[in-house]
Amino acid sequence: MLPIIFVLPLLQLIILSNAATFEVKNIKFAYIDNDHSASSRALIDKFEASTYFDVLTVFPSETQASSAMLKGEVDVFLEIPSHFERDLQKNKTASLGVTINAIDGAAAGVENVYVTQIVQSYNKQIKTDLMQVSDAQIQPVTITSIPLFWYNETLNYKTFMVPGILVLLVTMITLFLSGMNIVREKEIGTLEQINVTPIKKSQFIIGKLFPFWVIGMGLLTIGLIIAKLIFNVPMIGDLLLMYFYTSIYILVILGMGLFISNFTDTQQQAMFIAWFFTVIFILMSGLFTPIESMPGWAQTLTEFNPIKYFVEVMRMVMLKGSGFVDILPQLVKTLVYAIIMNGLAVWSYKKTT
Amino acid sequence: MGITVSNISKSYKGVKALQDISFEVKPNELFGLIGPDGAGKTTLFRILTTLLIADKGQASVAGFDVLKDFKDIRKHVGYMPGRFSLYQDLTVEENLEFFATIFGTTIEENYDLIKDIYVQIEPFKDRRAGKLSGGMKQKLALSCALIHKPKVLFLDEPTTGVDPVSRKEFWDMLKRLQQKNITILVSTPYMDEAALCDRIALIQDGQILQIDTPEAIVKQYPKTIYNVSANNMYQLINSLKDYQYQHSVYPFGEFVHYTDVRNDFKINDLKMYLEAEKLLNIKIEKTQATIEDSFMELAKYPNRTCKLSKT
Repeated sequence: MLPIIFVLPLLQLIILSNAATFEVKNIKFAYIDNDHSASSRALIDKFEASTYFDVLTVFPSETQASSAMLKGEVDVFLEIPSHFERDLQKNKTASLGVTINAIDGAAAGVENVYVTQIVQSYNKQIKTDLMQVSDAQIQPVTITSIPLFWYNETLNYKTFMVPGILVLLVTMITLFLSGMNIVREKEIGTLEQINVTPIKKSQFIIGKLFPFWVIGMGLLTIGLIIAKLIFNVPMIGDLLLMYFYTSIYILVILGMGLFISNFTDTQQQAMFIAWFFTVIFILMSGLFTPIESMPGWAQTLTEFNPIKYFVEVMRMVMLKGSGFVDILPQLVKTLVYAIIMNGLAVWSYKKTT
Repeated sequence: MGITVSNISKSYKGVKALQDISFEVKPNELFGLIGPDGAGKTTLFRILTTLLIADKGQASVAGFDVLKDFKDIRKHVGYMPGRFSLYQDLTVEENLEFFATIFGTTIEENYDLIKDIYVQIEPFKDRRAGKLSGGMKQKLALSCALIHKPKVLFLDEPTTGVDPVSRKEFWDMLKRLQQKNITILVSTPYMDEAALCDRIALIQDGQILQIDTPEAIVKQYPKTIYNVSANNMYQLINSLKDYQYQHSVYPFGEFVHYTDVRNDFKINDLKMYLEAEKLLNIKIEKTQATIEDSFMELAKYPNRTCKLSKT
């Protein structure tokens, strides 16, 4: 069992961190060139040069391109109208048709941005080509913004995701293990024997908590090592502070698991309830979607989500180098949560049936 | 300082598991609860071991009230549930040590109490408990229940699913433990084991049918029992059941236990009837009643309990 507890989550960490990306790549791109001019060729070359687009085919007509998109062979297609070059030279303007498969709305948005960027850069180039001396005076001043991305300068999604996924793994493993634990004793019948002994409730619960607490901390350690070695995630903050916070956080999750365990009769029931809460906690943790963009009531609900605090603290300490005072609000809330959950676990554990 | 139970009732969602149960177990007594599955034996054990709270009535174990002094009871009783409930992942020795520690004692301290039993499983002390055979599991469970030198020992169907040799050994062990000042309450569905107890309570459907020594219970059997045998067992039973004067007919090993409603019953009458039914090799002879006969009789007419006890 112990190898499973450690190996599977680490595999998950490695696979998920590499796979769960928000970047949109390998976009299947096609075009319809009705112009067949030097200008249209130059535009297509731009797309071909981009690493995001796989330029697949050229379609003779829009109907054929549409049916290819219907079959899922194409994600985006660009239609260059006839007289494209002539219009550019004559009127200094021309329109392009872009069709994007928007079944995945988020991906479509990103694809749109990519297409626009390429067209814009093409625009700049063509401007210099078409510019005439007389136009020089009326050329507007271009304002370029150069964004600075703090704490994750290269916008590396792994830097952002690895701490979050590590949080998930620590949470899921400790919650499931502790959730199934007392229930397992109920199923096997050992609990009946234990209950007819002078052992105190708190002793029993602590005895049940401690091994999983150690496993949780062990998972964090191995996860951090992998984050550093394989993903080279920056660890600016104090690791001790992170361990200190995690040690309290795991208590919340274990208390929750034992609480579930006390109220269920079989491991299946416990598993189901634990799973229910994990899914809600994960999706509302700000790990995959920002909490700021959730509706008001959902934002209020996330206040009760321990994973949210752990994700926040993990990212703050690892990427931003936050100190003890910075994470104090999260720390206090987690501590209160831990006391409540473990209090409930001890209270709900009855030595009678 | 044995066990006192007075007017205990317990029901689960409207089903009466125990109805107004009262009895007393004297110190150092080996007391048997005899009854079929579902009679309420386990419920009673759970109430006495403080795992369950009765709806009505009082009970005390080793002088401690099951409600007020439940903490003391847990220190002073040994409980062996019907289902093997030790840690299967721990070895024999680890299990014993674990339970010794929980009770704040050590194996060495009470070793002489469990010595007789433990030496038999000691060769396997590094084996996981889950890998033991049924009889050895039983011995380990008994050792664990005894490790803190309990005053009262509760054994819930300890011999169910155990082979006949191990069963006999187990009862010999109980007899020896009794001599070490331990009150033992044991439940069993096997009527033949009842004879090994000092006193027994026959229990059915949550009610006690009778409490007495096994000998007295057998003696109080109101009828004369005849062993009947013939060449065709099945036909014999059917014929006897159709006989107009029959009182009870139960198969019992190679014989059929038969009782008659008449007081002036003559063996020859029955023999002639059976011969007319075309049965061969008919043998009919008087025999002694057993606990099983008594139980069947009591279970058949539970309301006659009082009348029976008086005779």
